[in-house]
Amino acid sequence: MKTLLRYLKPFRKRMGFGFLVKLTATLLELMLPYILSHILKNVVSSQNVSKILLWGGLMVVCAGCACLFNIIANRMAARVSRNFTEQIRKDLFRHTLSLSEAQTDKFSIPSLESRITTDTYHVHNFVSMMQRMGVRAPILLMGGIMITLIMDSFLALVMIAILPFIFVTVYFLSKNGRALYTKVQQSVDGMVRVVREDAQGIRVIKALSKNDYENRRYDKVNKQLSRDERKAGTIMGIINPVMTLLMNFGITAVVAMSASRVSNGTSDPETVIAFMQYFTLISMAMMSVSRIFVMYTKCAASANRIAEVLNTPSEIEVTEGETIPTDKHIEFKNVRFSYLGKKNQLNDLSFALNKGDSLGIIGATGSGKTTVIKLLLRFYDIKQGEILINGRNIKTIPKKELTDMFGIVLQNDFLYADTIEENIDFGRGLSIEQITEAAKIAQANDFIVSFPDGYGHRLSSKATNVSGGQKQRILLSRAVATRPEILILDDSSSALDYKTDANLRQALKDNLTDSTVITIAQRVSSIKHCDLIIVLDHGNVIGMGTHDELLDSCAEYKEISDSQMGGDFVD
Amino acid sequence: MTDKKPSQKNNKDKKSQTSILLRLGKYVFKYWPLFLAAIIFTLVSNHLALLGPSYSGDAIDAVAHPDGVQFDAVWSNVCKMLACYVISAILSYGLAVIMIHLSQKIVYTMRKQLFEKLNTLPVTYFDTNAAGDIVSRISYDIDTINSTLSHDMVQVMASIYTVVGSLIFMWNISKPMILVFVITVPASILFTRYRSKKVRPLFQARSRKLGELNGYAEEMLSGTRTIRAYGKEEVICERFNKKNTDTMDAYYEADYHGAALGPAVNFINNLSISLVTILGGILYMYSQSGAVAATSMFFITLGSVAKFVQYSRKFAGPINEFANILHEFQSAFSAAERVFKVLDEPSEPSDSEDAIELKNVKGRVDFEKVCFGYTENKQILHNVSVKAEEGKTIAIVGPTGAGKTTIINLLMRFYDINSGSIKLDGVDITGIKRYDLRKAYTMVLQDTWLFNGTIFDNIVYGKENATQDEVEAAAKAARIDKYIESLPDGYMTRLSDDGVNISKGQKQLITIARAILSDAPMLILDEATSNVDSRTEIKIQEALSELMKGRTCFIIAHRLSTIQNADTILVLQNGRVTEQGTHDELIEQRGFYSTLYNSQFS
Repeated sequence: MKTLLRYLKPFRKRMGFGFLVKLTATLLELMLPYILSHILKNVVSSQNVSKILLWGGLMVVCAGCACLFNIIANRMAARVSRNFTEQIRKDLFRHTLSLSEAQTDKFSIPSLESRITTDTYHVHNFVSMMQRMGVRAPILLMGGIMITLIMDSFLALVMIAILPFIFVTVYFLSKNGRALYTKVQQSVDGMVRVVREDAQGIRVIKALSKNDYENRRYDKVNKQLSRDERKAGTIMGIINPVMTLLMNFGITAVVAMSASRVSNGTSDPETVIAFMQYFTLISMAMMSVSRIFVMYTKCAASANRIAEVLNTPSEIEVTEGETIPTDKHIEFKNVRFSYLGKKNQLNDLSFALNKGDSLGIIGATGSGKTTVIKLLLRFYDIKQGEILINGRNIKTIPKKELTDMFGIVLQNDFLYADTIEENIDFGRGLSIEQITEAAKIAQANDFIVSFPDGYGHRLSSKATNVSGGQKQRILLSRAVATRPEILILDDSSSALDYKTDANLRQALKDNLTDSTVITIAQRVSSIKHCDLIIVLDHGNVIGMGTHDELLDSCAEYKEISDSQMGGDFVD
Repeated sequence: MTDKKPSQKNNKDKKSQTSILLRLGKYVFKYWPLFLAAIIFTLVSNHLALLGPSYSGDAIDAVAHPDGVQFDAVWSNVCKMLACYVISAILSYGLAVIMIHLSQKIVYTMRKQLFEKLNTLPVTYFDTNAAGDIVSRISYDIDTINSTLSHDMVQVMASIYTVVGSLIFMWNISKPMILVFVITVPASILFTRYRSKKVRPLFQARSRKLGELNGYAEEMLSGTRTIRAYGKEEVICERFNKKNTDTMDAYYEADYHGAALGPAVNFINNLSISLVTILGGILYMYSQSGAVAATSMFFITLGSVAKFVQYSRKFAGPINEFANILHEFQSAFSAAERVFKVLDEPSEPSDSEDAIELKNVKGRVDFEKVCFGYTENKQILHNVSVKAEEGKTIAIVGPTGAGKTTIINLLMRFYDINSGSIKLDGVDITGIKRYDLRKAYTMVLQDTWLFNGTIFDNIVYGKENATQDEVEAAAKAARIDKYIESLPDGYMTRLSDDGVNISKGQKQLITIARAILSDAPMLILDEATSNVDSRTEIKIQEALSELMKGRTCFIIAHRLSTIQNADTILVLQNGRVTEQGTHDELIEQRGFYSTLYNSQFS
């Protein structure tokens, strides 16, 4: 909540002004029942039509002004919430991108996503509601109570006695309701899961003729959902009738009590009419106040989740350090690493590459292949060992300089809904010549120009409208477009057929002569031409050398090599 | 010409809307006693709520009586008020409960029908409709229908009754004062139009923009790694900011115009109270002074003014809400339309009447000149002929899109062929009951399909009523028994998205166990490219050979060993069988297969 207030601070003048406008509007509204009773009580007895019209006209003016002021205040509030949310969301997104990999892992992507989307939404709603209802409801409540106390304090106290009941009913039921609806939501998820599983496994289900079983399985979750919804509805359905009843109790009590007070001259029937109006206003306001309390808890939770991200300090820092003169391009020296400080993801890895060399890394899923490049890109900082590029420890290389060295295709890398050109350019402002050149190297030009709109062809989100092989070639184009010093290819040609894969390797060799290439692959054919191949198993190096050396020295390598013969051998 | 189209479309819309309404009505009338009770409860409770102000007005008249307070009348009216309000509250709660039960019964039935329908649909349906779309129909659309049934329907009944009822009451109290509404009702109508014409589209635009922004954020967050690797945080932030500004502008635009809604409703309320006060005040003045006779329609008491104020409030509420409810109804209609559309999809055609039951399947399969395409204009398989002797293994090899999966689809008759024939044990499969045909196969697919349930449930899925011993034996044969027993809950371990950490290889072994448990004489296997560590890989190989024992096997093959050991290798290219034979035969042919094989070792 503190962070939230910090963001609201620049708007305090505007909010203060809006508050005053809203206050005036609300007070004007509160005048209406008072004037009503004044007309009936005092003006009518004067037997003067023009006076009634005058006072009545005043009511209309009050109502009109209240409406106008309320609109002005609401619009000001909308402006404040707009600017506030824009700023907080902007900062949040920027900060999210600046988190380190380790920090991202800790939050997890889905959680960061919901902070940017859902949580900012809740906070926005709360901020705009607070400025409207949050001002209006308490003023109506307090003002109403005050005026009624002045008009007839005894009758007012009768009414006020009802208010706590309203608060308790609404507040606790709404709170309770949240738990109930969470349960409903869980049941919905359960129901949806079965449907989704069925849609995905329909072939297995049909093959095993399990329709009846599936129907029974679904019936169970369907029943559960119905039960939960019924329960939530039955409990939440109490609020409205009870609210109305309590309000009417108040009105009835006022009428009943007024009888003896009018009789002994301490009150008058016109006051009772005004009271009925006030009580409606007050109980509505009470309801809003209780709702605000409920919303506050929700908003506070969201605000905290946002603040958590905003207050996470940047982790990766660039330190001073000297350059060791060396002719090696990339060097790993006794690198050890574990993600969470538990099991070692990499155990004592050392190797050195010359400029223009190629390195291949192979091993099963979870063997630590990808970890090697994550460390090289400094997604994580290592605690033990050293990683050097051109003799400089990567911890001493400024971030921009470091990222500019690389061209990268990651595993399951990301393409987004935009043109192919933009997906290759990736915001680097490359010329169209550079882009086509890159696409040619990546064996992508041919299929790109076969689209009617060529490089202007729009990809859908996650590039679902092109094949896996085409996706990989677009990603490759992106990676080679700047002719990077170091090219990293993580599982980036698995969907290419052997021929295209071979052409690609040849094109890389011809065009990126100075680039050091690191290739991670499942397929032996993708790496067997590398100058150096590392075989990893559970973070340990179990083989290092060229293809021919490894066939002799590394049993696992030979086994992998022998067993492979692709079924997906053409794109 | 273009002039006519909209009206035609309108007509058609109306027609289909009527039929949707009728169809929804059928669901409701199935539970007519509940529905009837709901109507009665609504009317009575609203009537009582309308009576309340009337008694309170009488009570005020009794208080304001010229001869002093009439305590008896006050008390009797207060008691009547209390009774009305209490009973009305009880009834309206009862109504809420009835409606929840009614709507839940309907929604439960709808979901059930929809799901059971899904299970009868041909596989095509799932191939052409995304799972997300199916899910949104069964959850979101039915939910929309539900809220209209349980909430809006009652609200409409209640609103109509309240509007008409309060109008009648007001008419009886004072006819001249109805004049007030000559001003306020048009004001309400103008306001409603403003809301639906101007404000609602803005709010729709606002939601759309927010959806886009959220979509963009999600998309970019899924690429954080790449963005960081390329150091492009600033560029992406700039783009996000632009979208964010657009979204907030849309928000502001909607809020700016929407800001008038609440105050306007209040204004209309306050205006009508002001006008009632003016008119009522004048009439009351003349009534008190005796200028208007007690029998005249212009005569009014203080209590009547009070009543009128309260009724005018009741009258205005529903009128302001009407446009909203109408909109809800419209979205419920289109939701219902989407649901009904699935229910009306043609199911898999039923078996022909003379279809035979299969007993003691041996597992001999013949494809003869099979031609097939998913759509009429694009043929996928051309003249495919294959013979599979019982107990033999057929390895299908070929590029992606060559038609490997299609062959599997045809074997199980997920699709019917265009020409040629497929025979099982010499019988054309179109003449076999689907249930029996499919029962004759067991499958292990590339995407291991496990559902949310215990490991036991997932294995026993292959054969209902299997005993614990049989399940354990299958697990043992699949080389997964040790792993399962090492789990704290053993076979009762729940497999869920967030539950135990079970690896891809182990999942695959469980599906193999499931297949082993089934005693089907034929096996369909879609081999996954090995992506697991070598120990698990060996286990999978062993489990598979266990599974293949004694079964006729169709394998979409990736592993060299599988291909080499197959009795027949089928090379598929562009929907044609280009080579067929054993490994040695094909190597000798020096065709595509031998090129492929040799490319491994070049």
